[in-house]
Amino acid sequence: MKILVCISNVPDTTTKITFTNDNTQFNTAGVQFIVNPYDEIALSRAIELCEGGKGTVTVINVGEVATEPTIRKALAIGADDAVRVNAAPRDAYFTAFQIAEYAKTNDFDMILCGRESIDYNGSQVAAMIGEFLAIPSISIIKKLDYDGSTATIEREIEGGKEVLTVTGKFVASCAEGTAEAKIPNMRGIMSARTKPLQVIEAVAIEELGKVTKFETPAPRGAVKLIPADHAEELISLLHSEAKVI
Amino acid sequence: MSVLVYVEQADGKFKKSVFEAVSYAKAIADNQNTNLTAISIGDVAESELSELGKYGASKVLTVKADQLKNFVNQAYAAVIAEAAQKESAAIVVLSNSFSGKGLAPRIAVKLKAGLIDGAVELPNFDGGFAVKKTAFSGKAFAVTTLTSDNKVIALNPNAFGVKENATTATIESFNPEIKATDLTAIVKEIVRATNKISLPDAELVVSAGRGLKGPENWGMIEELAELLGAATACSKPVSDADWRPHSEHVGQTGIAISPNLYIAIGISGAIQHLAGVSSSKVIVVINKDPEAPFFKVADYGIVGDAFEVVPKIIAALKAHKG
Repeated sequence: MKILVCISNVPDTTTKITFTNDNTQFNTAGVQFIVNPYDEIALSRAIELCEGGKGTVTVINVGEVATEPTIRKALAIGADDAVRVNAAPRDAYFTAFQIAEYAKTNDFDMILCGRESIDYNGSQVAAMIGEFLAIPSISIIKKLDYDGSTATIEREIEGGKEVLTVTGKFVASCAEGTAEAKIPNMRGIMSARTKPLQVIEAVAIEELGKVTKFETPAPRGAVKLIPADHAEELISLLHSEAKVI
Repeated sequence: MSVLVYVEQADGKFKKSVFEAVSYAKAIADNQNTNLTAISIGDVAESELSELGKYGASKVLTVKADQLKNFVNQAYAAVIAEAAQKESAAIVVLSNSFSGKGLAPRIAVKLKAGLIDGAVELPNFDGGFAVKKTAFSGKAFAVTTLTSDNKVIALNPNAFGVKENATTATIESFNPEIKATDLTAIVKEIVRATNKISLPDAELVVSAGRGLKGPENWGMIEELAELLGAATACSKPVSDADWRPHSEHVGQTGIAISPNLYIAIGISGAIQHLAGVSSSKVIVVINKDPEAPFFKVADYGIVGDAFEVVPKIIAALKAHKG
C-alpha cells in the first residue's frame, strides 16, 4: 500500500499575525513555521495504516527550499520519503494541481491531507486534487479505516456524522479524531536526515485570483465588568443593550 | 447570464444558512442585473422549494434522481457545474457548510473558476471582483480578487442576514446525466442529533473550559444553552481530555465560529482559542481570574466563580423568559 500525505508549511499557532507592504503580505519576520497541525493528523493516520510493513508513506510539499526543515519534521514523525515541488504555494488551485500531476505518475492507494491549513483555512486542496484526478474526495473526516481495498470513513456534518465507504483510490482531508498526532522520537529525528527528499519542478497552470489585501479585525472597546454578586444583570444587558437575546 | 445558488437540504428541509446564501446570491444577481436560479438535489417537497422564491430565486432546478438522494461529493459537483453551464451562470454561490467545503473546490476546478472559501461580505465590484474572507483561523481577513470569468463563492454561516425579496419561483425538473464513476463513495449511515443546535450554524453559543474542573459539571452549561436556544462549545484542553466531543472544540485547530453571542465560562483565552471566536458579535467572559487574557477581548465580563455565577444567570434567564 502506498499513501501520499500532503503537508503545508504554516506559522506556529501562537504567532501574532501582522502584515507588511501596505497590508499585502504576511509578515514572516521572527515567525516559527511548523507542519500544519491537521496535516500532522493525516500523516499520523497514514503511518498507523502502514505499520508492520503494510505500506509506505510519502509526504509532498509545494514550497521553496525554506520549507525543507518542515519536510524533515514530517520525515521524523515517520514518513518514509518526501517530495518537494519547487515553487511558492501561490494558492490552493496551483498547489492541488502540482500534487495531482505528481500523483498521476506515481501510484498511490490514497491521498491524505489536513482538513485546512491554519493560514488560509481554505479546505480546498484535497477536493481539488480529487477533481484533477477524477477520483472521489471526502472532506473533513474524523475516522478512516482501510481493509486493503475499501475505506470506511466518517465525515463531519452539522449536528452529527455520515459514514461512507469508498473502493479504489480517493483523497480525504482529515480533522481531529482521525488520529492522535504522533511526536517524533529520537530514532525518527536521526533517520529524517538521511531519508530521501526529492525535488521536482512545478508545472504551469493559470492563476484564477489572488489575495490583494489583508485586514486585521477591528479591536473591541473596553470590557464592561458586571459584579459577580449582581451577575443576573448580564441578562438584561444582553437583552436591552446588546440586543442578542 | 445568471447567478446560480446551490441550496443544500437536510431531511428535505432548508436551514437558515441556506436562505442566507440565497439572499447573498440575490444581492449579487441584482448588482449584475440578472436572474437568480437555485439548484436543489434530493427529495424536497414543492412547498419547501417554493420558499426559495421568498428570498429572490426566480427559478428552482430540482434534481430528484434516486442515486443522488444522499450527498455524493463527486456527483453533486458534476450536477451543479452542469447546471451552471446550462443556466449560463458565471457566478455560483453556496453555503460554506461541511458539505459545501467539499463541493465548492470541485465545482471551481470543473468551471476553471476562482474560488472564495469563507466569504464574510458581498463582493466589491469596483475594479474587479474582490471578496473578503476569513484567514489565519480568525486572526485576520484576506480580500481575494478573482480574475477568472467564472467564480464560486462559499458563504460563511451567520455572515450575511436572511433578506426577503419575494418573487415567484418557477420549479423545473433537472435530469442531468450521472456518471457511475462519480458515485463510488457510498453513504452507509447518517447520524444526526436533531434536538441539538449545530455549532457552525448557531447564533448563540455557550462555551466552557478547564475552569469547570470536570465533565460531570457540564449540566449547568447544557441547561444555560438549552434556555438560550444556544449550541454548546468548548476549549481545546477540554476536547483533548475527552470531556466533550471534538466537534465542540472552538479555536485555531478546532472550528472558527461567528455567532451573535459567545459566552465563555472558565476559559482563560489563549491566542489559539481567541482566533476561533474573534468574529463573534458579542463576547461574554466569566472567569475567576481577573488577569485572564479573555477579558481583553470581551464586551461583558464577570470576575467570579463559575459555579456561583452561572446558576445566578440561569435563574435570571428563567425570570426573563417567564
